[in-house]
Amino acid sequence: MSNKTSETVTDRPQRKPGSQIIVDTLIEQGADVIFGYLGGVVLPLFDKLYDAPIKFIIPRHEQGGCHMADAYARATGKVGVVIATSGPGATNLTTGLANAMMDSVPIVAITGQVRTDLIGNDAFQEADTTGITRPITKHNEIVKDPSLLAQTIREAFYIASTGRPGPVLIDIPVDMQTTEIEVEPPTKIRLPGYRIREQGHARQISAAAQAINDAQRPVLYIGGGVIAANAAEELRSVAKKANVPVTMTLMGLGSLDQNDPLSLDMLGMHGTAYANYAVQECDLLIAVGSRFDDRVTGKLKTFAPHAKIIHIDVDPASISKNVRVDIPVVGSAKYILTEMEKELVHRDRTEWFKRINDWKKRHPLRYDTNAGTIKPQYVIEEIYRQTHGDAVVVTGVGQHQMWTAQFYKFKRPRQFITSGGLGTMGFGLPAAIGAQIACPNEIVIDIDGDSSFNMTMNELCTAVQYELPVKVCLINNNFMGMVRQWQHLFYGQRYSCSSLQNPDFAKVAEAFGAVGFTVKDKAQVPDAVKKMLAEKRPCVVDFHVDKEENVWPMVASGKSLHEMDGLDIFEMA
Amino acid sequence: MKHIISALVLNKPGVLAHVAGMFAARAFNIDSLAVGRTDDPSLSRMTIVVVGDDRVVEQVRKQLAKIVTIVKVQDFVGHDMVARDLMLITVSCPGDKRAEIQALIEMFNAKVVDISPKSVMVEVAGPETKIEAFIDSCRPYGIKNVVRTGTVAMARYGRTQAENQ
Repeated sequence: MSNKTSETVTDRPQRKPGSQIIVDTLIEQGADVIFGYLGGVVLPLFDKLYDAPIKFIIPRHEQGGCHMADAYARATGKVGVVIATSGPGATNLTTGLANAMMDSVPIVAITGQVRTDLIGNDAFQEADTTGITRPITKHNEIVKDPSLLAQTIREAFYIASTGRPGPVLIDIPVDMQTTEIEVEPPTKIRLPGYRIREQGHARQISAAAQAINDAQRPVLYIGGGVIAANAAEELRSVAKKANVPVTMTLMGLGSLDQNDPLSLDMLGMHGTAYANYAVQECDLLIAVGSRFDDRVTGKLKTFAPHAKIIHIDVDPASISKNVRVDIPVVGSAKYILTEMEKELVHRDRTEWFKRINDWKKRHPLRYDTNAGTIKPQYVIEEIYRQTHGDAVVVTGVGQHQMWTAQFYKFKRPRQFITSGGLGTMGFGLPAAIGAQIACPNEIVIDIDGDSSFNMTMNELCTAVQYELPVKVCLINNNFMGMVRQWQHLFYGQRYSCSSLQNPDFAKVAEAFGAVGFTVKDKAQVPDAVKKMLAEKRPCVVDFHVDKEENVWPMVASGKSLHEMDGLDIFEMA
Repeated sequence: MKHIISALVLNKPGVLAHVAGMFAARAFNIDSLAVGRTDDPSLSRMTIVVVGDDRVVEQVRKQLAKIVTIVKVQDFVGHDMVARDLMLITVSCPGDKRAEIQALIEMFNAKVVDISPKSVMVEVAGPETKIEAFIDSCRPYGIKNVVRTGTVAMARYGRTQAENQ
């Protein structure tokens, strides 16, 4: 191209196809990694991605791609990006989107759509993607005017990452990608219906601080919102300054180092006895970025019966949804905790900590360490020991997930990546892949169940292709373990349909080009973990654990938090 | 208790589906829903009548406000406002009853908008109670068809305290 021609090009407004504008805007918004799967109506877009400075990861199923983007977002705090084609590509994303929605994870999902003139005609691979995903996204939009492409993508990133984060989907018909349009400079984001209140009301913040100063038996109840707001440091300062014990939800684990004496670990259905007792006995419950989920509160009527409740949350709709709140504070955890700390004073609360320490001493988490079988908790403790508590840990959903939450003590936010709200079995492996891409220098371990792993293990192929050293540690009890536990406890041990025929997972791993080995003997566990950690290739270790081990303690559905079963189980043994 | 919620929404496809879907998904009950464009063509006004206790309606209000395409939400409960329904009703009207029905129509300040040998179509506007009363009064003659818009409402002079956030 001669100089003269390029001058004329710059003189006139530049024209580009929509697909190039999409790619340019994604780069402008900081997308350096994209997960996604091809298909007919995203071909123009993929053609432009071919030359783009973006790392592209192709999963083996769109659900896997969405979980990868989800875990990438959780591990980095950035927006995860996933692309899928129309119809089945889009419907395959739905589990991943619902998962991200429930756990407030920022994702921008781009789906292809059939040509605008075909929409509504039951065209090949057509689905009403915005209709299907409306209740499982924070926002979605179909672009029917190519000049709106860039602006819509910018808004999507803004909506996904601000306030209470969540997935945003943009549906882009193929003709929007091929039409050439003039490149316009970015305009200001104008979303009249989208307002976020970052800064809490000063009077409410003061009232909250005053209540904490006055409390005899306060407890901080921390959810994933603290991690999403990058407010772990502020939380630590508040807890230390006011001298308040901290319990965390499954999503909140890691917001305070669990080795800290103020940590009460996890509360709820499978929480620690000392966390649940502390909540039931406290006179002030300070909820930050948590949402009083039924797995956390147990029977609502008797939840924290003596407590005044402070609820700090960026989402006003979370406040007073499940419980009546005495001091609501709407705003970002980071800002509010910072402001609140200024007004807090140190209190000894000797009596309160004495009681808590007594509960800690009487009811630590425990299991039968003398058993001849491999106890799942033992495997997790061994992983914890050998990784010095530093690994990024991902899980599937079920018993192994609860044991991981109980026996791996998390030190820092974004270290534990798990499907909380939706409880998506099969989240583990793809999430581990997303986390490993986000943290190439960390050890990423997927502690998974055999049934969870069975759902998405095809993504081993992805791990092998991209040479990701993810480690899958299977807690294999040859059951849908948590289902079996409920059948054991509530259905007279009738194990209806909960036992599966598993493949030889080690051989499966090898067939995929990964490393696999099986561990059936308790004495081999430490060496197996050591070997797994040293492995540079993707690696599956199949631990054949005690088949009928249950997760304890447990607050049965409909019971109050202090009515825990299983506290004395190991004292008898 | 009945609450009248007024929502200013972007005039875009999918917004009504979003609102209706949210109500269904969260098990809120809609008594009536009326939608129409405002003076600004980019905005529509939805008037939603919801039945529930204060706590439920508070959640409805918050969940509506959370929808990105909803610009503003107001709950009119406890506030001075004007609420109106519009109804078209066709009533059997044989010749010998015509005078009676005509008197009734005048009493309710309603209007005959169509007439056939055996029936009249009447337009009635007013608060819901008036609409209900008119229906009851027409029952003895035989109601053939009823179409109602659902309530639309507007606050009287002064702001409502429950204005969104």
